[in-house]
Amino acid sequence: MRHPWRWLTAVVIIAVVALFLYGAATNAAYGWSTYRKYLFDERISSAAWNTLQLTIWAMLLGVFLGVILSVMRLSPNPVFKSVAWVYLWIFRGTPVYVQLVFWGLFPTLYQNMQFGVPFGPTFFHINLEGLSISFILAAVGLGLNEAAYMAEIIRAGISSVPEGQFEASTALGMSWWMTMRRTVLPQAMRVIIPPTGNEVISMLKTTSLVTAVPYSLELYGRARDISGVIFQPIPLLLVAATWYLAITSVLMVGQYYLERYFSRGISRKLTSRQLEKLAAAQTGGTHL
Amino acid sequence: MTATAAGPMVRAERVCKDFGALKVLRGVTLEVQKGQVLVMVGPSGSGKSTFLRCINHLEDISAGRLYVDGELVGYRESRGKLHELPPREAAKQRREVGMVFQHFNLFPHRTALENVAEAPIHVKKTKRDRAVARAEELLDQVGLSDKAGAYPAQLSGGQQQRVAIARALAMDPKLMLFDEPTSALDPELVGEVLGVMKKLAGEGMTMLVVTHEMGFAREVADQLVFMDNGVIVESGSPRDVLTNPQHERTKAFLSKLL
Repeated sequence: MRHPWRWLTAVVIIAVVALFLYGAATNAAYGWSTYRKYLFDERISSAAWNTLQLTIWAMLLGVFLGVILSVMRLSPNPVFKSVAWVYLWIFRGTPVYVQLVFWGLFPTLYQNMQFGVPFGPTFFHINLEGLSISFILAAVGLGLNEAAYMAEIIRAGISSVPEGQFEASTALGMSWWMTMRRTVLPQAMRVIIPPTGNEVISMLKTTSLVTAVPYSLELYGRARDISGVIFQPIPLLLVAATWYLAITSVLMVGQYYLERYFSRGISRKLTSRQLEKLAAAQTGGTHL
Repeated sequence: MTATAAGPMVRAERVCKDFGALKVLRGVTLEVQKGQVLVMVGPSGSGKSTFLRCINHLEDISAGRLYVDGELVGYRESRGKLHELPPREAAKQRREVGMVFQHFNLFPHRTALENVAEAPIHVKKTKRDRAVARAEELLDQVGLSDKAGAYPAQLSGGQQQRVAIARALAMDPKLMLFDEPTSALDPELVGEVLGVMKKLAGEGMTMLVVTHEMGFAREVADQLVFMDNGVIVESGSPRDVLTNPQHERTKAFLSKLL
């Protein structure tokens, strides 16, 4: 055998895992029948859908505001710069849980919203306390927090593109915006995409904190509610964990392909397609 | 090539450039006739590259006048005062002037072919298949038709610089600027880039070249300019300047090079 220690450790680990699984399967407290019963329960799957929607809306808001904040931080205008800095200071300096509780209390702070001229006519007004807007508050709360982190990620990405790239594009007659779109952002993406993927996965799990708003129709809240009624917390936690793990796995696959797409051109290594082409050229292009 | 007016291709009149208190150009006056090659030499920090970057308005100028093909670069003049052109019009002027950089500055996320076809397709709005056909032709001219699908990271420095030249030529410029095109290259790769430039000069392209390659200057330049400390110290035919320099500073500089 070439690697005896590898084999030995593998055997030991498999044995330990097998013992654990056997113990878990025979331990009634895990409540596997309850687990099976609720894994594909309609309430759970719709809660998973709500979790996914919260993630998507919060990330969309986070990326959108993050782009604006990063451009503000990179701009030469001192007013923009300091506004962005204060935003980041507040939203990165306080826990997201505390922020979510705050957004939950927002309707108590401001019962009415009026749109109009101060001390002048009102065009329309909304009674915030009367609306059930906990989903929106949860998504906005998560998104505003996320924006602060996305701003830093995007800023790092844009700053990573060498100045020569701006110059070469400008010298070819491109406008500032075309330079951004065709030259800078595609290269910045290589730096932006991996941490953004992590942020999406992290956001999926952070949505479990929105019970602070309170919003409880997402995966974790729903699982807790059901377990509160049937007095079986463990199987329902496992149900929620299974769903989180499944969604995260799908997201990780997507992240892998995105990263591969945006890293084209950075390696000297030839892709298999390029190698095939070169080999074909070498042999006079007889195959292919 | 674009139709051109009569008169010189480049005319600089007492061009000055300050960066704050630092005076980088202190009144540069020169002319480059159409179809001619002007080579600029001088110690680093003498303002050669800055002057080159003023010609396509990558840098604004602090005083003086700069014309390309009879048109004021980057500014509009009214009642004796200069007003900077809006970005769109400055970009339009740059399309007529090709530039090649010391560090190539190819787009690393695009293949050689995509690098060359990028500006014609997106800036000039040329039809994609026509732009690609032209790009293939240009890559062939610089001897890289077999590298069309390679990314810059997969090319040697000399190959990258030749792609960069093809990329600049793809816009059909009436003037080419070369900013130390061989300074970042290994010695054995310098020849292939100079070869392409020589060919280009032979085809009648108007060129302004900042370089330390005296052999190239002697062989190709119609006019050699020695710059130091933001001014032109000496200029003339390369033979005269290189073999019979008149100024002490030129002599000192050349003696260090040769």
